[in-house]
Amino acid sequence: MTTAQPPTPLPTYKPKDFASDQDVRWCPGCGDYAVLATVRKTLPKLARRKEDYVFVSGIGCAARFPYYMETYGVHSIHGRALSVATGIKLANPALEVCVVCGDGDLLSIGGNHTIHTMRRNVDITILLLNNRIYGLTKGQYSPTSEFGKVTKSTPMGSLDFPLNPLAVAVGSGCTFLARCIDVDAPGLGSVLQRAIEHKGTSFMEIYQDCNIFNHETWFYASQKGSRPDTTIQLEHGKPLVFGTDRDKGIRRSDCRLEVVQLGNGITEDDLVVHDETDRTLAFVLSQMHHPEFPEPIGVLLADPSRPTYDQLVHDQIAEAVKKNGTGSIEDLLRDTETWEVT
Amino acid sequence: MKEHSVTDRSVEDLDAVAIRFCGDSGDGMQLTGGQFTSTSAIFGNDFATFPDFPAEIRAPKGTTYGVSGYQVQFASTDIHTPGDRVNAMVAMNPAGFKVNIDDVELGGIVIVNEDEFTEVNLKKCGYPQGYSPLEDEQLTSKYRVFRVGMSRLTRESLAETGMGAKDIDRCRNMYALGIVYWLFDRPLDATIRYLQDYYGKRKDRPEIAAMNVRALKAGYYFGETAEVFPVRYRVAPARHEPGTYRRISGNEAVVLGLVAAAQKADTQLTYASYPITPASDIIHGLARLKHFGIKTLQAEDEIAAVCKAIGAAFAGDIGVTGTSGPGLALKTEAIGMAVMLELPLVVINVQRAGPSTGMPTKTEQADLLQAMFGRPGESPCIVVAPRSPSDCFHMAIEAVRLAITHMCPVIYLSDGYIANGAEPWRIPDLDTIPPIRVKHPTASDTPFQPYARDPETLARPWAIPGVPGLEHRVGTLEKQEETGNVSYDPENHEKMAHLRAAKVNRAAGSIPPLEVRGPETGDILLLGWGGTYGAITTAGDRLREMGHSVATAHLRYLNPFPPNIEQVLGRYKTIAIPEINLGQLRQIIRARYLIDAVGINQVRGKSFRVDDLTERVEALIKH
Repeated sequence: MTTAQPPTPLPTYKPKDFASDQDVRWCPGCGDYAVLATVRKTLPKLARRKEDYVFVSGIGCAARFPYYMETYGVHSIHGRALSVATGIKLANPALEVCVVCGDGDLLSIGGNHTIHTMRRNVDITILLLNNRIYGLTKGQYSPTSEFGKVTKSTPMGSLDFPLNPLAVAVGSGCTFLARCIDVDAPGLGSVLQRAIEHKGTSFMEIYQDCNIFNHETWFYASQKGSRPDTTIQLEHGKPLVFGTDRDKGIRRSDCRLEVVQLGNGITEDDLVVHDETDRTLAFVLSQMHHPEFPEPIGVLLADPSRPTYDQLVHDQIAEAVKKNGTGSIEDLLRDTETWEVT
Repeated sequence: MKEHSVTDRSVEDLDAVAIRFCGDSGDGMQLTGGQFTSTSAIFGNDFATFPDFPAEIRAPKGTTYGVSGYQVQFASTDIHTPGDRVNAMVAMNPAGFKVNIDDVELGGIVIVNEDEFTEVNLKKCGYPQGYSPLEDEQLTSKYRVFRVGMSRLTRESLAETGMGAKDIDRCRNMYALGIVYWLFDRPLDATIRYLQDYYGKRKDRPEIAAMNVRALKAGYYFGETAEVFPVRYRVAPARHEPGTYRRISGNEAVVLGLVAAAQKADTQLTYASYPITPASDIIHGLARLKHFGIKTLQAEDEIAAVCKAIGAAFAGDIGVTGTSGPGLALKTEAIGMAVMLELPLVVINVQRAGPSTGMPTKTEQADLLQAMFGRPGESPCIVVAPRSPSDCFHMAIEAVRLAITHMCPVIYLSDGYIANGAEPWRIPDLDTIPPIRVKHPTASDTPFQPYARDPETLARPWAIPGVPGLEHRVGTLEKQEETGNVSYDPENHEKMAHLRAAKVNRAAGSIPPLEVRGPETGDILLLGWGGTYGAITTAGDRLREMGHSVATAHLRYLNPFPPNIEQVLGRYKTIAIPEINLGQLRQIIRARYLIDAVGINQVRGKSFRVDDLTERVEALIKH
């Protein structure tokens, strides 16, 4: 079922039009508040009707997100948000489906669906609120927690090596990859706008602070003082320059990247130029970790060339109708050897 | 071929015959049995089939665990089962002979491909060195054994085609079928047509069709000329109600039922599943029907499949997923989600022998309690169970109707026996099937209440995304009555738990009463459910013929039960419940109605034999 566009012009929305009447119940100071505010601020900028949005989540702190949006929404079960979202998109590709989940939801219990949604290129936008901890269950390590993380379930330190969400996404064939920071409203907003507009699976890893169980885990990247040296803002077609004085850059050295100091004969011409269409570069960028490297922020990959899964499903239906005509159930019942009894 | 049917040999008329074709899983036994069935169907017989094959696709050739069988009973009377005892068996190799010979009635016909009874092959299937069952008089004297060198005769009859030995050997099953067609006086034309259609599609090898036809005819003429068989048998057409008939298996009927239901509801259907035996044929069938607007999706796992169906239902499609027992277990939490979100969902469970992986190709009815209660929390679902292959059609429509009408999940308990078994089916007049009413609310002046209730069905409104003014959230946390907002209020939770149960119970108002076959009151009521209908009904009829006061009743609706069930149960001295499990329906009946119901149970991976069932009921009567 597709939604026929009504002839009325698109209403002008304000952020509060996207706020439901429910009190937000996250812990005061949680990074989720910043993300919610930016999402509500960004949607009015998009040429979509409010009734066409569906927010879908799994289980976790972040998964309460849909309750706070005055749109259609499903708060589903742990790990399965992407499957529910795929079903919605399959039934009605005209809808704008956004999935908001935490790192446990999307990468641990729901890891399988993350991989398969991306490889299918279902046209949905995924907001991964990565706080590297299980918040709702009160502080166990998550699939993105650092090795050796001491938590209630790992008193001697976690023995799991953390999973790299962007690298998994590149490997799964995801067609839009980005990294953002909860408190960087302009950066988050502009990426979100592009992510929603992208045709295909858009994946946004959002560094999000859990101020109760994992406070300051991303502070190296999110705080104004350190941020210019610990992150690098990606811009398509621009060389990879970073630093408070914008005096450092990223250069290729064989198949690896290295940090170089500009000057002494090294110029911006020697640096890697960001290319959003280059999947190999996206993978290499996903391997840049603090503190050896500044961590890339912004859009790593945007590949609009692949058709979306939901489109292909409906194309096949159209093709089948074209080839066979619209199915007749009367004929179908007799589409085999029949005999008459008189 | 009718003109060949008059020979000097005598012809014996029979009411019903059960034939079993068996051989290696690469011998084409399913196709052979299927062809015999088609021909008998077109001839006008009633029939019921039982394909029996291993889970291994190609187990080592010649071994007993690679044996594939296909049983069909065809009759001039109304029959409900593929037959207890095999009247005629065709064994393409010693392994098939070994596995199946005990099922042949004493004095039954056994046709063997004697060329395959070599020392090597006999050893492969575990016969002792130097022993051949064909030379064992103690064994062969129990049956009428006909030894035919089918391998050699097929090769000879196809020698002049110039084809390779491998291709020629693949036609042996058609040679065997030809013999059986002659023996039971069946026309060849339907199979010839089939072979030409089926193999004719192979543009690279057009000669394959002709070879198979030639082998079929050669087998038939062998029967006619070789004078091996002293008697031919004839089974007259059955008296069926007038109409157009086709053959249908349970899984085929599910496919057609879902398509018909979507049309009756004027709503699109999304079917998502993960491959699993014996349910995979449902997605195979639906995936071919894209021109009906059917969306099929092979998901990454069972949980993804059910969640996709639920997502599709939220967006306004009929969401359906299909699986077998292990998959139903995986879908548990998501079915609970559909209970909580109150969305229409149909979960088809083609039951197989468990627990765990169990015996994937063998049947069982042991998922009833899982369907009824296998979810966390008070989580009621509607549960239905088709009783025969063709009933799968009607019950699929019912499942969709109940899911939409009551906005809740419906679990549909088919089983391997009826899913793969086939019977004749009078093609229904679709106009006689009432439409399924779907109501999607549109914007109103008052604020939209996603958990308001229809006073009659207790269903909540099915508001779908894309409609302005109805933006709402559904979630798996307990929700406040009417608003659907998150609620931890104790009174509210209690009320919602009762509401969800009451909603399911309301379905009883629109389901047919439990019908009784046999006396209205009496000594014994055999109460069954699901795929055992054929065996229980036949046993009941037989017991009454023997003079016993026995009635039968069969449940197709298990939650809620038909409204008159308690009344029916009260009219008999003993309630006996035959089930292919260790007593699951019995447990529910005992608990709910405080009736000391007796179980007749077996878990052998097979449906009941009418003989066994009859004996066990007789024992009950004597007791």
